[in-house]
Amino acid sequence: MLEWRRRREPSKTMLYLSPLIAIGLTMLTGMLVFGAIGFDGLRAVTAIFITPLIEPQRWADLGVKAAPLIMIALGLAIGFRANVWNIGAEGQYVMGAIAGTGVALLTHDMTGWWILPAMALAGILGGAAWAALPALLKVRLQVSEILTSLMLTYVAVQFLYYLVRGPWKDPDGFNFPQTKMFSGSQTLPAVAEGSLVHFGVPLAILLALIAWFVMSKTVAGYAVRVVGRAPAAARHGGFDASRVTWATLLAGGGLAGLAGLFEAAGPFGQLTPQFPVGYGFTAIIVAFLGRLSPPGIVFGALVLAVTYVGGEIAQSTVRLPSAATGMFQALLLFFLLATDVLVRYRLAWKARPARSAP
Amino acid sequence: MSTIITRRTLLAGAAASSALPLVGAQAQAPFGVGFIYVGPVGDHGWSWTHDQGRKALEKEYGNKIKTSFIENVAEGPDAVRAIRQLAQAGDQLIFTTSFGFMNPTIQVAKQFPKIRFEHATGYQRAENVATYNARFYEGRAVIGTLAGHMSKSGQAGYIASFPIPEVVMGINAFHLAAKKVNPNFKTKVIWASTWYDPAKEADAAKALIDQGCDVISQHTDSPAALQAAEQRGVFAFGQASDMKAFAPKAQLSAIVDDWSGYYIKRVKEAMDGSWKSGDVWGGIKDGMVKLAPYNDAVTPAARAAADELQKGIVAGTIHPFTGELKDQKGTLRLKAGETATDEMLSKMDWYVDGVQA
Amino acid sequence: MTAAILVSIFMTLAAAATPILLAALGELVTEKAGVLNLGVEGMMLCGAVAGFAVTYSTGSVPLGLLAATLAGVAAAMIFALLTLGLGSNQVATGLALTIFGIGASSLIGAGFVGRTITRLGPLFPADYAAHPWLRLVFGHDAIVYLSLALVLAVSLFLRRTKAGLILRAVGENADSAHAIGYRVLAIRTAATAFGGALAGLGGAYFSLALTPMWADRLTAGRGWIALALVVFAAWKPGRLLAGAYLFGAVATFELQAKAAGWSFIAPEVLAMTPYLATIVVLTMMSLGGRTGGRDAPACLGKPFPAS
Repeated sequence: MLEWRRRREPSKTMLYLSPLIAIGLTMLTGMLVFGAIGFDGLRAVTAIFITPLIEPQRWADLGVKAAPLIMIALGLAIGFRANVWNIGAEGQYVMGAIAGTGVALLTHDMTGWWILPAMALAGILGGAAWAALPALLKVRLQVSEILTSLMLTYVAVQFLYYLVRGPWKDPDGFNFPQTKMFSGSQTLPAVAEGSLVHFGVPLAILLALIAWFVMSKTVAGYAVRVVGRAPAAARHGGFDASRVTWATLLAGGGLAGLAGLFEAAGPFGQLTPQFPVGYGFTAIIVAFLGRLSPPGIVFGALVLAVTYVGGEIAQSTVRLPSAATGMFQALLLFFLLATDVLVRYRLAWKARPARSAP
Repeated sequence: MSTIITRRTLLAGAAASSALPLVGAQAQAPFGVGFIYVGPVGDHGWSWTHDQGRKALEKEYGNKIKTSFIENVAEGPDAVRAIRQLAQAGDQLIFTTSFGFMNPTIQVAKQFPKIRFEHATGYQRAENVATYNARFYEGRAVIGTLAGHMSKSGQAGYIASFPIPEVVMGINAFHLAAKKVNPNFKTKVIWASTWYDPAKEADAAKALIDQGCDVISQHTDSPAALQAAEQRGVFAFGQASDMKAFAPKAQLSAIVDDWSGYYIKRVKEAMDGSWKSGDVWGGIKDGMVKLAPYNDAVTPAARAAADELQKGIVAGTIHPFTGELKDQKGTLRLKAGETATDEMLSKMDWYVDGVQA
Repeated sequence: MTAAILVSIFMTLAAAATPILLAALGELVTEKAGVLNLGVEGMMLCGAVAGFAVTYSTGSVPLGLLAATLAGVAAAMIFALLTLGLGSNQVATGLALTIFGIGASSLIGAGFVGRTITRLGPLFPADYAAHPWLRLVFGHDAIVYLSLALVLAVSLFLRRTKAGLILRAVGENADSAHAIGYRVLAIRTAATAFGGALAGLGGAYFSLALTPMWADRLTAGRGWIALALVVFAAWKPGRLLAGAYLFGAVATFELQAKAAGWSFIAPEVLAMTPYLATIVVLTMMSLGGRTGGRDAPACLGKPFPAS
C-alpha cells in the first residue's frame, strides 16, 4: 500500500512541477471525458490549451485578460501570506472602478494629462476604502474578514447597478443602464500605436516584480510572512499583527481597485452592469495557482487567460459548449489544488499498518 | 466612444492583414457564418431563438455553409475578443445578437472590412455592419387585444426587466390594444430588474395574481411566470417562443421570435454578393414576429379581433401606435391620426395612461 | 387586503424561503464542523439538474429528490477529497466547486431544456386545506415540512446529542478533539456530505417545485444568499429559520408592493440589505460582550492538520 509521508521541507521541485502535472492531468481527463460524451476530445484540448499559445495574434488577448488577474491576485496573496483572508476583491475591484468613474464623470468636459492619474488614484482609494471596513472590524472586533469582505462584494455590485441604472445613466443612452463613454483623456493608452495591449498590462508585470522584491527582500515582507506563519513568534519579535492586517487589506483593496479602474478606463471605456465578471474571485484561484508567489501568480493568470481565450476557440471550432470550457477550468483548478499536496507530502510504500492518512 | 474606436482602429492593419489570406484561401470552402450569443443556448429564451435561426440556416444550405457560435459572451471586452475569434476563424458573415455587443461589433468590423457583420437591436451601422430588430410591439398589440377580451377583472400583470425603449414600447403597445377593448383596462408592471431569474419571475407573477390580475404578460426570459399562471388558473402569454408545453391551459398565445427567414435571406445575399448594410425592422408581415396558435379557451370574439389586428398590421392599415395619444402626464405624443415613427419608438421613455409602472 | 391574499402571500413566502433554508442549514452543519464550503451554489445546481433529470426520466418525484440529494453529496465529496483529504485551501476549492457545478449542470441539463414535469404538489389532500387559514398549515408540499423538521432535528442534534457535541468540538478546536481521540477528518467529511445533501435538495426544490423545469443557472445566485444567511443567523438553526423566512418575506413583499403600485425603495438597495444586515449582525455579536467568539466556529476554514 502507498501512503502519504510528510516532507521535512516543502519540495522545491514539486513547487514548480506540480502545476505542470495538474495541467497534464486536466488535458488527459478532459480528452477522455469529452471524448466519451461525443466531442472530439483531442481537438478540444488542443484548442483550449495549445492554440492560444501558438497563435501570436492571441497573445495580446492573453495579456489583456491576465493583467487584472495579476494585479488583484498579487494583493490577495500578500494578505494570504499573513493569514488575512480577503475574499472580497471583486467588491474592491468594483468600488475602484466606481470611484475612478466618478472622477471621469466630473472631468468629462476637461482635457489634460492629470485626469487619468487622478482617476487611478481614486481607483486605488476606492478599493482600499472598501477593504478598510473588513480591516477595521477584524482589528477592533475580531470579526472574520472572510465573511465581511464577501458580503461587501454584493453590496458593491448592487451599488454599481444602482448608479448605472440611476444617477450615472448616460442621458443620451436611450435609458440603457450604462454611463457615458470616457473621453480620450480618460482612456488608458495602448503600449504602442495600434496595439490592443493597454498600459495596464506592463504595469501588472512591473507590480509583480515590485511585490516579489517587497515580499522577499524587505523587512515589511518578512513581517507579513512571520505574522502569517507564527503569530506568537511575531508578537515576540515586535511585529504588530494589527498593522499587518491593516497594511495587507489596504494593499489588496488598493490593487484590486486599481485593476478595476484600469478595466473601466481600458477595455470597457465606461461602466455597465456587465462590468463585474468575477475577476476578484478568479484572482483568488490565481493566487493559489501561483502558490502565493508573484512570479507564480503571473504564470497562474496566464494559464487562466489561456483557458478563457482557448474556450472561445474551442466553442467556435470544435463546437464545445461554453459549459464544457467551464468544466475544463474547474478540472484544472481541482487538479492544481490537489497536486499541491505533492509539495508537502510524498508518496511512499507503507512500512507497517499506521494511523490515518494526512 | 469615438476616441476608443479610432485608437483601436489603428491595429486594423496588423490584424486584418493576417486574417485576409485566410478568407481568400477559403473561397472554395463552405461559407462561414458566425453567431455571438449573450446567454447560453440552453436558456430557452433570447439566445435560444437565435440559435434556432442558426439551425434553420444549416437546414436550408446544408454543406454550402458552415456555422459556428460562441455562447455566454459577456457584453464588454470579452465580446470584442469573441467576435474577433470568429472573424479570424474565417467566418464571413457574423451575427452579434445582443444590444451590448454594439460597440464591440463596430470595433471589430473596422479591423475586418471584408467581413460582414449584423448587429441585433442596435443603432450604430457601418459599411460592413447592418442592424436588425423585430417589431415585437406588433405582437404585443395582438396579445394585448387577447388580454382585453379574456380578462374578467380588467387587470393585466406585466413582468418587465428594465425600462429600456424596447421594453417600454412593448408595455405601451400591449396596454393600448387592451384598452381599445376595455377602456378601463389596467396594466400593472413589476420591474424584476433582471432578464432571467425563474424563481423571482414566478413570484412576481404570483404577486400580480394576488393583486387581482387574471392575465400575465412578461418581458423576461423564462417560462416560470407561465407556470405560476397555470398553477393559479389564470391566463398568460409565452415570450420569445411557444411555451405551451409549460402551461397548456394558461398560455393564450405567445410572441414567437423567428429569425430564420431573415438569416436565410441575408446569408444568401452575402454569398451571392448582393449583401448591403442597412437597418431592418421586421414585423408580423415579414414573419419575424409570429403568434403561437391560440388556446382553445380564446373566445371567438377575441380570436376575431386578434386576427383582424394581425391582418391590419400586415396590410399596413393599422399601426399599434396611432394618435391621438397622450402619455401619463398628459403630454400629447401623437396627434389624431398620426402614427409613431421608428425613431420615436426607439427612444420611447414614457407610458400611456392606465399603465401602473 | 383580504385573508385569501394574506394566505397566498405567506404560501409564496414559505416557498421562497424553503430552498435557501435547506441549503443554509446544510452549510451551517458543515461550518459548525469547521469547514467553510463556498460551493453551495454549485452543489445546488447539481441537485437541481439531477433532480429534474431523474424525475423527468422516471416520472417519480421522490426518486428525483433522492438523486438530487446524492448529486449534492457527490459534489460535496469532491470538495472533501481536496480540502480534507489533500489539504487544499477551502476558499479556493469552494469557488472552484461553484464553477464546476455551473458547468456540469449545464452540460447534463442540455437535453432537458424546454421540458417540464408535474410539479411537486401539496402533501395533504386538498380537503384539509379547503379553508384559507388551514392552507397555512396543510397547504404546503412535503419539502416545506421536511425543511422545518430538519431545522428542529439539527438544532437538537447540535445541542442535545453527544455526536453534535463532538461535531462542534471538531469545529471549535480540531487539535484538542483529535487529541481526545476523535477522527477529525471523518467527522468533517460527514458534515460536508450533509451540507451537500441539503444543498442538493434545496436546488431540486427549484427544478421540481418552484419552477418545474431545467434552465441554465436555475438557482440564480440563491447559494450565495444561503451562505450569508448562515452568518446572519450566528450559526443557530432557530435564527436560520427566522432569517430564511425574513428573506422570503422581504422578497415577497417587495413584489407585492410593486404589484400594488407602491415603490418606496430602489431594488438595488433592497438587494444589498441581506448582506449589509449580515455585517451588522456580525458586528453586533462582537460588540455584545464577545459572544461572537462562541457563535462562530473557531476553526472555520482552517485546515487540519495545520500546515
